[in-house]
Amino acid sequence: MLYREAGQFKTTYAEDMAIFPIRQDRIALAILLGIAFIGVPLLADFDIWPFGSDYLLRAILLPFLILALAAIGVNILVGYCGQITLGSGAFMAIGAYSAYKFGTGVHIPLAWLGFAISIPPLPVPTSILLGGLMAAIAGILFGIPSLRIKGLYLAVATLAAQFFFDWVFLRVPWFTNYAPSGSVNAPALNFFGLHVGTPIERYLLCLIFVTVFAVLAKNLVRGNLGRQWMAIRDMDIAAELIGIRPLYAKLTAFAVSSFIIGVAGALWAFVYLGSWEPLAFSIDRSLQLLFMVIIGGLGSIMGSFVGAAFILILPIMLNLIPTQLGVPLSTETITHLEFIIFGSLICYLLIKEPHGFARLISIGKEKLRLWPFPY
Amino acid sequence: MLRNKLMLAAAILSGGAFASPAAAQNEQFVPILSYRTGAYAVNGVPYANGVADYYNLINERDGGINGVKLLVEECETGYATDKGVECYERLKGKGPTGAAFINPLSTGITFALTEKTATDKIPIITMGYGRADSKNGAVFAYNFPLLGTYWSAADIAIQHVAKEVGGADKLKGKKISLLYHDSPYGKEPIPMLQVLAKKYGFEFTPIPVTHPGVEQKSQWLSIRQNRPDYVLVWGWGVMNGTAVKEAAAVAFPRDKMIGVWWSGAEPDVQPAGDQAVGYKALMLQHGAGKFPVHADIEKYVYAKGKGASEPDKVGEVLYNRGMVNAMLGVEGIRKAQEKFGKKPLTGEQVRWGLENLNLSEARLKELGFEGMLKPIKISCSDHEGARDGRVQQWDGKGWKVISDWYTANQSDTEPLVEEVSAKYAADKKIQPRDCSKES
Repeated sequence: MLYREAGQFKTTYAEDMAIFPIRQDRIALAILLGIAFIGVPLLADFDIWPFGSDYLLRAILLPFLILALAAIGVNILVGYCGQITLGSGAFMAIGAYSAYKFGTGVHIPLAWLGFAISIPPLPVPTSILLGGLMAAIAGILFGIPSLRIKGLYLAVATLAAQFFFDWVFLRVPWFTNYAPSGSVNAPALNFFGLHVGTPIERYLLCLIFVTVFAVLAKNLVRGNLGRQWMAIRDMDIAAELIGIRPLYAKLTAFAVSSFIIGVAGALWAFVYLGSWEPLAFSIDRSLQLLFMVIIGGLGSIMGSFVGAAFILILPIMLNLIPTQLGVPLSTETITHLEFIIFGSLICYLLIKEPHGFARLISIGKEKLRLWPFPY
Repeated sequence: MLRNKLMLAAAILSGGAFASPAAAQNEQFVPILSYRTGAYAVNGVPYANGVADYYNLINERDGGINGVKLLVEECETGYATDKGVECYERLKGKGPTGAAFINPLSTGITFALTEKTATDKIPIITMGYGRADSKNGAVFAYNFPLLGTYWSAADIAIQHVAKEVGGADKLKGKKISLLYHDSPYGKEPIPMLQVLAKKYGFEFTPIPVTHPGVEQKSQWLSIRQNRPDYVLVWGWGVMNGTAVKEAAAVAFPRDKMIGVWWSGAEPDVQPAGDQAVGYKALMLQHGAGKFPVHADIEKYVYAKGKGASEPDKVGEVLYNRGMVNAMLGVEGIRKAQEKFGKKPLTGEQVRWGLENLNLSEARLKELGFEGMLKPIKISCSDHEGARDGRVQQWDGKGWKVISDWYTANQSDTEPLVEEVSAKYAADKKIQPRDCSKES
């Protein structure tokens, strides 16, 4: 009843091609953004439960936003272009370590040429974006094999990227500025003269990045480029026959996806962790991101958010429930229970709905349109 | 009905971020970050049990610290940095005054928390682990690497090797390898060992082992080719047991292996059976065995059925270490109560207590730790407090102490501490405190 588009006439081409053609969707999104941008900071400011504590912002919302951004990146490659990747953790690491290098000053001594390349420390926003750029370049390099190999074989090739970069950041002390322990500290977070320190400032910063990149990604995937990717995903030979260049389509998908993942990696390191080691971007992270995309829904920007929430927040909630209810269980039992329940939920969900949460949401929308007599 | 359900849901979703308002106000909240699952659980469990039992003892025997009961909550980190950060955020604000201090029991988590704890004003106690440069309390006001850092450990290990080969001058030309867990934990001693290699003229080779450390074939092959005189082991969890077994497989003599104090507990050698006989490890002062405090634990905690461990594991190396760790934290709170009053204290107040902690021989005897620990005195410029260790050897049934006390040579470690902590202060724009003005 509320969700019905009858009577919404589109009188211009622009309206017809709008990103959200249905008015109710636009309103819902506006409310969501309003809550995220204004509501949460206000609630936090007035110390209203549960937003008043650092815990929700620093330990739940912040990682959720950053991993959702990374999931969008993975979704572009896996969901839209159909290229399976197991190397997304590595691209996050490239983003993080490049941003770190740019943020603390790059110095490459070229002794045999008699000079050195020196870049002074760059401001944090520039470093983060340059981190994304470096990840994009690495993504293109590791995307080249995708022209020849497909499916699981490509997944193995991207796995090589994962292990290679793990090794590089562990073994090449230049990347960690010769830190004795191999653990590096992010530079102070100064954005255009403002110091981003409190949890709410960090949250807003990530929110801005996520919103901008989500809108960009949404627009990319429904435009020319996105259609090329989807054509390649659905049938690459047919796509080639109708004039899509696989080289261009695949490599742009790798570049855009790696760029977003790289920015997410830089944010993860700078804004969330503050101090990190390569283990933060291990193969576990790659698999976690892939699961987010599969559970959330392949080929859906919205799904990336839901998937990130499911994979990241649900285990934390499961872990908290027993203590909160005062059930006397030891921590190891709680942790084992968390694994069991979370694992069975994933199995159940994928049996019931193999296309993930995005499909559930679209079914829900269809039913809403026919409400009160859905079929 | 629906409202009840909603309230329940809200209570669940509140996520433990808040202490329940019904909690008694005269309680000091103490978080435990532990790992009882995952690849490091074999070592994490006895340690966490020791910590939990000692807090329990304080509540059961003394009714808390000067009447202020300890409110304890455990959070499972699985030795993962991101989960550790989540646990810290979850627990730091609980209780009437927030967390008194935090023991992450992971060098990786310590690195991730160092900046956060300084902002939140919660001391971070890293007894026998953590960042070695945080010994300098002028820069790291909230870090307490009590009893010994990895740089002290490296120095003690080399002192023992020197003694075995017949003097420091005989170290020249010897080959010493370091088999280390490839994480901030394992990498921490490398700069110190490089300094010592230069000083004594031995050849130093670091050999990394990737997490979790069950795959060490290639490392031991390279050790067999290189034939080092000694192998120092900086391992944790399953990596330790695997190292001992692999050493046996390539017939590297076990008595030429020296583990750090995190590679010298019962679970590290028992799985290797007879192959582990002869293996040596440093002791973070204490070793295995029972002391007067254990009698109290058995009387007040285990007799009431409140013990966390299986009774026969009480007195193991890591159990004892957990106890020592908990004791130092408790004594820090007690010291702070002398200045700020016998009430729940904030992290900032407990920090003062830890920095002014001074446990004499007599006090340790009172606490029942006589024979386990040497006196320890913390100060602004020395957050380590003591840097003594011994060496123990596994004889197939138990650990035997085989050396006298060594004290890490501060003339070796101090320049490195100064250099690295000064760099950290410059990077983070920290103005080091003037320790002569601290009281």
